[in-house]
Amino acid sequence: MDGLSRVLSRATALEQQNPLERMRILAKRRVALLFYESSTRTRTSFELAAKGLGADTTLVSSLSSSIEKGESLKDTGLTLRALGAEAIILRHNSSGSAWLLEQETRLPVLNAGDGMHEHPTQALLDLRTMLAHLRPGIEGANTETLAGVTVTIVGDILHSRVARSNMLLLPRLGAKVILCGPPALLPELAAAAGPGIAIERELEAALAQSQVVMMLRIQAERLAGLQVDLEEYKTRYQLNEERLAAHAPKALVLHPGPIIRGLELTAQVADGPQSAILEQVRNGVAIRMAVVERALQADEQGGRA
Amino acid sequence: MTALVIRGGQLIDPAAGVDAVKDIFLKDGRVVEIAGPGKLKQTNGAEVLDAKGLVVAPGLIDMHVHLREPGQGYKETIASGTAAAAAGGFTCVAAMPNTVPVNDSVETTRWMLAPERGAAIRVFPIAAATRGSKGEAINDFAALKSAGAVAISDDGRPILKDGVMRETLAAAARVGLCVIQHAEDTRLTQGASMNLGPASFKLGLRGMSAESESSIVERDIRLVTELREVRAHLHVAHTSTAAALAAVRQARRSGMRVTCEVAPHHFLLTEEHVGLYDTHAKMCPPLRSAADRDALIEGILDGVVDAIATDHAPHAIHEKEVEFDNAPNGIIGLETALGLSLRWLHKEWRMPMGRVLSLLSAQPAALLGLKGRGTLAVGSFADVVVFDPKAEWTYRAAEGKSKSRNTPFDGWTMQGKVRWTISEGRVAYNSIS
Repeated sequence: MDGLSRVLSRATALEQQNPLERMRILAKRRVALLFYESSTRTRTSFELAAKGLGADTTLVSSLSSSIEKGESLKDTGLTLRALGAEAIILRHNSSGSAWLLEQETRLPVLNAGDGMHEHPTQALLDLRTMLAHLRPGIEGANTETLAGVTVTIVGDILHSRVARSNMLLLPRLGAKVILCGPPALLPELAAAAGPGIAIERELEAALAQSQVVMMLRIQAERLAGLQVDLEEYKTRYQLNEERLAAHAPKALVLHPGPIIRGLELTAQVADGPQSAILEQVRNGVAIRMAVVERALQADEQGGRA
Repeated sequence: MTALVIRGGQLIDPAAGVDAVKDIFLKDGRVVEIAGPGKLKQTNGAEVLDAKGLVVAPGLIDMHVHLREPGQGYKETIASGTAAAAAGGFTCVAAMPNTVPVNDSVETTRWMLAPERGAAIRVFPIAAATRGSKGEAINDFAALKSAGAVAISDDGRPILKDGVMRETLAAAARVGLCVIQHAEDTRLTQGASMNLGPASFKLGLRGMSAESESSIVERDIRLVTELREVRAHLHVAHTSTAAALAAVRQARRSGMRVTCEVAPHHFLLTEEHVGLYDTHAKMCPPLRSAADRDALIEGILDGVVDAIATDHAPHAIHEKEVEFDNAPNGIIGLETALGLSLRWLHKEWRMPMGRVLSLLSAQPAALLGLKGRGTLAVGSFADVVVFDPKAEWTYRAAEGKSKSRNTPFDGWTMQGKVRWTISEGRVAYNSIS
């Protein structure tokens, strides 16, 4: 919890700091971005974050590297380490890959999304966005910070690393998490992932209880043959203006992106006054500055919390 | 042929109903005489092995191993795999046909049995059920049997088509072989890498449901029931779920010839052992829930489980040092089966030693129809394991005889240390030499 509070407060401090001064924090340190999946927000914001602290970054993506020739994750990691990388930011399609890379390279590895497992910096930037709206001025985090807050996560929970990271993080701050979606995308056993998690199949009922609603994209690339009737899905789970106005007129609307307008939410909601989607993107840079700084500074001290 | 006397050991031969201190005389690959201590009539010139304080039992039989030859000698060879087997107290192993090429021919079966392979103990090939194990065209079981095959299986590639499985069961029954099914409805397990449950959800791994196993077992039992007339014999490989075991139990009550085996990792470990993506806990079928594990233990203790089989599945280090979902399935098991079975089934769960040994010798011999094996009655093959039943030791995979190291049991405490393994009268393993 201390580590979490520190990341949140450093994010704010770094965001407010003079950019030229900030550049000295990690001046000329080497950070590798290793991306096995396409990404716009995460990759760019990690890169801007590392550069904003003065680090040199290099991007290795699976489509323009020896990964295409069959190089293993272990060998790619060892190669980056030999090239002087002091930390690796990894986006990978296999769950557990960040753990594997850290084991094999003994470098700090920042998980920028591993398969269906976790996307920790997304949960942190989501938290920062929620706090700014629900708990303005509060930077620390403790087990009561989000007491009384209900966050509903809607849609393709099964394939979502964002959902997993959020459902594990938010209850630690006292929030209640409601998962909402059809059984094919939200198995019952999801509720057993941790404390403070409940399942509600009716979107309206979930919205009525929520201060925050987080919409997810259906991950077509991970459906693995699963058939989802999109028209039926929209009928039951799409967040549109009417639903929002009727059941959660004050709730904060979040989405980790990329959004598919007209599917999980309508353009009016995405662009509407309750939407904080672009604010989330902005918060991504601040949060990632804090975690990149933490990874490299802790590494200097010979260990991380 | 050399002659051997094993003197003063506790002979435990469950098939013969013997549990007493005996001297045993082995000659020309057979058991020639058994007598009380010092009472052997004929020992002329035989080498003497002093087995005082040790157990002398029929050599162990593993009816489910992957020796990787032909085709994947970098993982294991018949020579290295059988050396590992001998070190584990095994004198017979039945080798699954998912080699490269698949063992679906008389030629490959004979190649595996050729002396040039350097087997330390007996290898009994299991022939593929279908051409290339593709689940379509059935092989010539009579020819494969006369070449040396002892069972039929498309292990790793379950036979999904009802018609093909029915025909396989019927054709195997006609030549007196059992059909060993790897029960997995692969239509339900695409991309899955562990048991379906809260752990798989949390780890973000696709899960295999218990139903993907039990539905195939149930389907196969229906087919065996339809083939009641020909007495088809279905053997369920590496049974991993309570539901599949319940189906076997029910079929047995109805008089069907349905048998099953359980692997040590399935009666000892659960899905929790996947931990943080430990690829040494990745196998197929996967480690299941604690309730499944408990049902398997119960099934072993109450007798519905017919055999303990390791599913010894060697893989090179680099193949397991990868992302969990990309890692191959399986672990090695030949050098830990006896030590784990005695440590847990016998010591912890109080199963009589004779019954544990029977699951590892007499019963698999009967399932595979291996005549003169799995017992040390006079006239049987001189396949013997001699071990110290009280010795506790720590298993170190790096010191093993297998070419591969992929095991979750590295560093585990074992009970029962093999002293000698004797294959048809020859010492195949000696812990001291």
